Amino acid sequence: MSSHEQFADDLALHALGTLQGEERLALEKHLESCADCRRELDLLRGDMSLLALSVSGPKPPLRARQRLMNAVTRESRRSAAPARRAWWMLVPSFAAVALAIAVLALWLQNATLQHRLSDLASQSAMQQAGLQKAREVISTLTATDAMTVTLVAAKTPPQPQGKVMYARDRGTLIFLASNMPAPPTQKAYELWLIPMKGAPIPAGMFMPDAHGSATLMNPPLPKDVEAKAFAVTVEPEAGSTVPTMPIVMMGEGE
Amino acid sequence: MSGTGLKEGSTDVALLSAMRSGDGQAMAALYDRYSAIVYSVALRVLGDSGAAEDVLQEVFMQLWRNPGVFDSSRGHLGPWLAVIARNRAIDALRKRRPETDIDDVVVLVHPDMTGDADRKQAMEKVRGALGSMPAAQRSALEMAYFEGLSHSEIASKTGEPLGTIKTRIRSGLLTLRKVFET
Repeated sequence: MSSHEQFADDLALHALGTLQGEERLALEKHLESCADCRRELDLLRGDMSLLALSVSGPKPPLRARQRLMNAVTRESRRSAAPARRAWWMLVPSFAAVALAIAVLALWLQNATLQHRLSDLASQSAMQQAGLQKAREVISTLTATDAMTVTLVAAKTPPQPQGKVMYARDRGTLIFLASNMPAPPTQKAYELWLIPMKGAPIPAGMFMPDAHGSATLMNPPLPKDVEAKAFAVTVEPEAGSTVPTMPIVMMGEGE
Repeated sequence: MSGTGLKEGSTDVALLSAMRSGDGQAMAALYDRYSAIVYSVALRVLGDSGAAEDVLQEVFMQLWRNPGVFDSSRGHLGPWLAVIARNRAIDALRKRRPETDIDDVVVLVHPDMTGDADRKQAMEKVRGALGSMPAAQRSALEMAYFEGLSHSEIASKTGEPLGTIKTRIRSGLLTLRKVFET
């Protein structure tokens, strides 16, 4: 028996849609590779359709026609003629709209980024200018050959002046004096550290030069003494342990 | 919906083409041409006019929504609608989901049912062929077609061998074919 004969009866049942189970699976598998049987199946469906002509029943009621046409009208309104086009025909339209939206979004994003870039460039220029100014200030302050000049009111005789830089935790001190008159014979100036509590502490002897300038570098001092003020007195050249009045200069920390 | 001046004499292909453009009048013309066949088959299977009207509505709405589902190069629309209607009615009778996709249904068929005269002539031929069949064969064919019974169910109902039922159904269909080949 050939495979066609084997499946001949099953083809008729399959056309009627009544073949089930393993027989149906076997036939469907055979149909995948057999064009003759596929054609015979289509013919059997044609034969089957003839059975519909054996029926002579009443015509469908008029309401059925009205129901159908109402549904057709509703769907026509919903979808309208252009919407009945195949979905793939709308792909170019969708693509064009999507592209236009994308272009607009990119343009807006670009404009925003340009604006932000401009702001950043402006800020950067300002920061550069500020940085340059700070560099120039530091450069001037740290230059070894910088000239330091103190200006005072015209026709005012130069006033004695002293400046102390004191690092309490390290016990180091630098003192610079200017416009100091020469002390009396056998006398010298003495710097005093006046602590928050207790007696003044000797902070070094100094003699001004011909221009009235003097310098004291790291005189011996106890560590970690909190200074309330600094003062200068005139003392014997050997120095004193207690300041002798009057106080020539005095200043408190800023 | 727009009228296109389509008349009763328009071919099925012309009406289907108009339907693709959303022409409701073309839909109406096809309905008037084939609704009797579709409804009769559904009513014969289901035995209930309401259920038959539902099948009628479903079949024509499927055609309206997708006229391209029917391939006019491989048969006539009338027989195709009859097959679709019968299959949907059987599905409804057995309360099951549709077992076949209508896209897959190809009906290579002989008679053109477009005109009233064509349909009437074809009906007479079919009834004549069925009337000349042995009663057992005709009964097996009708049980399979109108009741959707499998050959096993028919065999258990009639007490006859499975193979006999299968052969009777196939030979019954081939008898109908021969009527239109001569």
